Amino acid sequence: MHPSQWMKIDNIGLYCKPGDFYIDPMSPVQTALVTHGHADHAREGHKHVFASHETLAIMRTRYGEEMADEQQGVAMQTPLTFNDVVVTFYPAGHILGSTQILIEYAGYSVVVSGDYKRRHDPTCPPFEVIPCDVFITEATFALPVFRHPPIGDEIAKLLHSLAVFPSRCHLVGAYALGKCQRVILALREAGYDAPIYLHGAQIKLCQLYQQFDIALGELIPVSEVVDKQTLAGEIVIAPPSALADRWSRSLPNVRTVMVSGWMQIRARAKQRNAELPLIISDHCDWPELLQTIEEVNPTEVWVTHGREDALIYQARKMGYRARALSMVGYDEDEQGESFHGSV
Amino acid sequence: MEAFSELLEQLYFTSGNNAKAALIKDYLASTPDPDRGWAVAAIAGALKFDFFKRNTVKKLITERVDGELFAMSYDYVGEVSETVAHLWPDYEPSVKLPALSEIIDDFMGVSRNKVSGTLANYLSIMTPAQRWALLKLGTRGLRIGVSARSIKQILADYGNKDISDIETLWHGVKPPYTNLLLWLEDKGPKPDISDVLTFHPVMLSHPIEEKHIDDFCPHLWQIENKYDGIRVQLACNTQKAESQKALFSRTGDDISHAFPDLLEAISGNLVLDGELLVMHKESIDTFNALQQRLNKKKPSNALMKTFPAGMIVYDALVIEGIDLTSLPLAERRKKLQDYLTQTEKGINPRLHLSTTLFAASADELRALHQKVCQNRAVEGLMLKRLDSYYVPGRPKGKWYKWKRDAFTVDAVMMYAQRGHGKRSSFYSDYTFGAWQDDTLLPIGKAYSGFTDDELKKLDNWVRRNAIGRFGPVREVKKELVLEVAFDAVHTSSRHKSGVALRFPRIHRIRWDKPASEADTLETIVSLIDT
Repeated sequence: MHPSQWMKIDNIGLYCKPGDFYIDPMSPVQTALVTHGHADHAREGHKHVFASHETLAIMRTRYGEEMADEQQGVAMQTPLTFNDVVVTFYPAGHILGSTQILIEYAGYSVVVSGDYKRRHDPTCPPFEVIPCDVFITEATFALPVFRHPPIGDEIAKLLHSLAVFPSRCHLVGAYALGKCQRVILALREAGYDAPIYLHGAQIKLCQLYQQFDIALGELIPVSEVVDKQTLAGEIVIAPPSALADRWSRSLPNVRTVMVSGWMQIRARAKQRNAELPLIISDHCDWPELLQTIEEVNPTEVWVTHGREDALIYQARKMGYRARALSMVGYDEDEQGESFHGSV
Repeated sequence: MEAFSELLEQLYFTSGNNAKAALIKDYLASTPDPDRGWAVAAIAGALKFDFFKRNTVKKLITERVDGELFAMSYDYVGEVSETVAHLWPDYEPSVKLPALSEIIDDFMGVSRNKVSGTLANYLSIMTPAQRWALLKLGTRGLRIGVSARSIKQILADYGNKDISDIETLWHGVKPPYTNLLLWLEDKGPKPDISDVLTFHPVMLSHPIEEKHIDDFCPHLWQIENKYDGIRVQLACNTQKAESQKALFSRTGDDISHAFPDLLEAISGNLVLDGELLVMHKESIDTFNALQQRLNKKKPSNALMKTFPAGMIVYDALVIEGIDLTSLPLAERRKKLQDYLTQTEKGINPRLHLSTTLFAASADELRALHQKVCQNRAVEGLMLKRLDSYYVPGRPKGKWYKWKRDAFTVDAVMMYAQRGHGKRSSFYSDYTFGAWQDDTLLPIGKAYSGFTDDELKKLDNWVRRNAIGRFGPVREVKKELVLEVAFDAVHTSSRHKSGVALRFPRIHRIRWDKPASEADTLETIVSLIDT
């Protein structure tokens, strides 16, 4: 039986009828399979949650120990059964603990890839190509204008700016989960070993990463700095929403740095008042999306989460059947960035 | 070219005029001639022609990139240059790009059929940021938040000179401004512009306030109609071996080519300030008529006959070669009147002296305003201090404009489109309609008049209430009433509704008002200019 008959979209999320579970549901359900810890995928209040150990830890950090009645950590590449449905988790390369989910039923296989990327990321194992009949892909940056430069080039811009403006506090806007830690690691990789200062919202998740043996170097909460003037010439990382906030006014001579895949579009960067936009993303750019579809080589591509039109058009041109999976609660374009800050 | 692109990049993302000025001064100090002068010209909008057309750029990209994907990308990015800069498929980095001036020379020298190839070659050796700089330069579309006025101030600061010196020199010097820049650096003499017919920066007015009307004192003010045409400066010197004539717009653009009928009959050595209109002898035609003449590079004889250009002159900066700008208005007016009515050169069927009006008190002034506004060829009143010197810019307390109250109409939003530039990705352009029986007919489009906060709310409303899509255009539920302000209504055969609004803008958003209570087309038709 074709997956379009047993997978369905409702206003909660993506539902597998024969397995009776949701993937990344937006409101509390009986059984939830969660691909990764970003708030537009992982919500609290489910009866049973199945996710990677890291994702469960992220959810507990965000929502508390009681975030779900029953929490089951899932090992990668180990099949689980829900009625007659076989489910297997694979790495997605998006953030710590991020997974794809392979669903097999009635002779068909569906891969829900969640959010994913193909670039090197020291915080998680790389995306794995899983052959399948239906490949469900995100489309956050699915326009040919999006080509993310190497992360080293972008970090070099930040370090160059620190050299040119040694008396300015470089306030870096980066989403607290994933982006923040990736920026810190890239700075360390580039040889920056000074302490990095953190907004309160970033601290818990950085500590969690450290618990998973990801070395982030010396991190100091801004709240523990008595004389804020000493932050001149230092790097402070805060959530993007704090950039224009009163909080940042105590920092000396701020230079606003914004880290996101959207920064490639200058008007977007301007809208965020970024003086130094850095293009760093945890999603695929256009060439990586096309590369992935080719490598997975499914018979059918379902597109969600972003600029579906362009990717559907291109996938059809490449000879695949393709259609939009209009997911309620996932329509990140309609919400602007305020809701989904992870990109 | 690298330095120019880097400068634009930094200017684009830097906010604050002082910081921008510092970047430009740094660039001027560290960049050789003639590159830096070309950069100044590009930023000031002083380049006289496009190096290539936007269509050339579109054609190049659609030969290389799938048309559908280009369209979707453009819709998202909101700007052709940036879309092309990112989408350009070829990149063979070169160790060093040619200098900005070499690239400009190349485009100025290349024959028309080779422009496209030249552009393609350059795009292929540049990074996206550099491509963007080249495309913006070549199509004269640089908008990096530095106005022509502020670049002059920056030049004055850079050279420690007075801004008025720069203003006066500006239209007498040409890019790449080598002599000007050398003078600024005290390395050369002040450029000599005595032989060049130049634009004199115009004097502008402030909107009048209630208190000014209350304090009105008849013997201090000259009162005139505010005409509904475009402000122009007529400069002419036919007493030289090579006679020169020019018609400038208020920003100094030379628009002579479009109005040969006006310039033809002018002679003398003078600079006049006034309003350009379509005039049938003494009688003034509508702005709509003038629009038939604007932006026509070469008007046909038939067009000039149907819509003859005339000028209502209200001030004189130079008459018979004598500079009058340091005389008070009352004296300038006297000399202008004598010249236009009593001299052989001045009496000209295309030039009309602006009528002065009289009011003896604040009340009479209000009554006068009401009266003139009934005439649709007039936009309101101008009040000018009789003792005012002719000072470029917008000096305080000298000249006031008192515009006719705008019309407003309650219309219903029908379609929305994403904006461009700063508003890219926001739905900021709205088409609105009025009722004819049970149907809404579109009557216009507005993309201004709201605050940034209101824009966010409107954008959000559009996204939540979209019901259809036609390319980049979203159709919305016919539920939101926009109170639209506009200056006039004309008949139009281009719109199904048969009307066109002049300068429509969103006055208020009527979240409270049901769409069924919006205005009818009939109401709007009744306001048509006659």
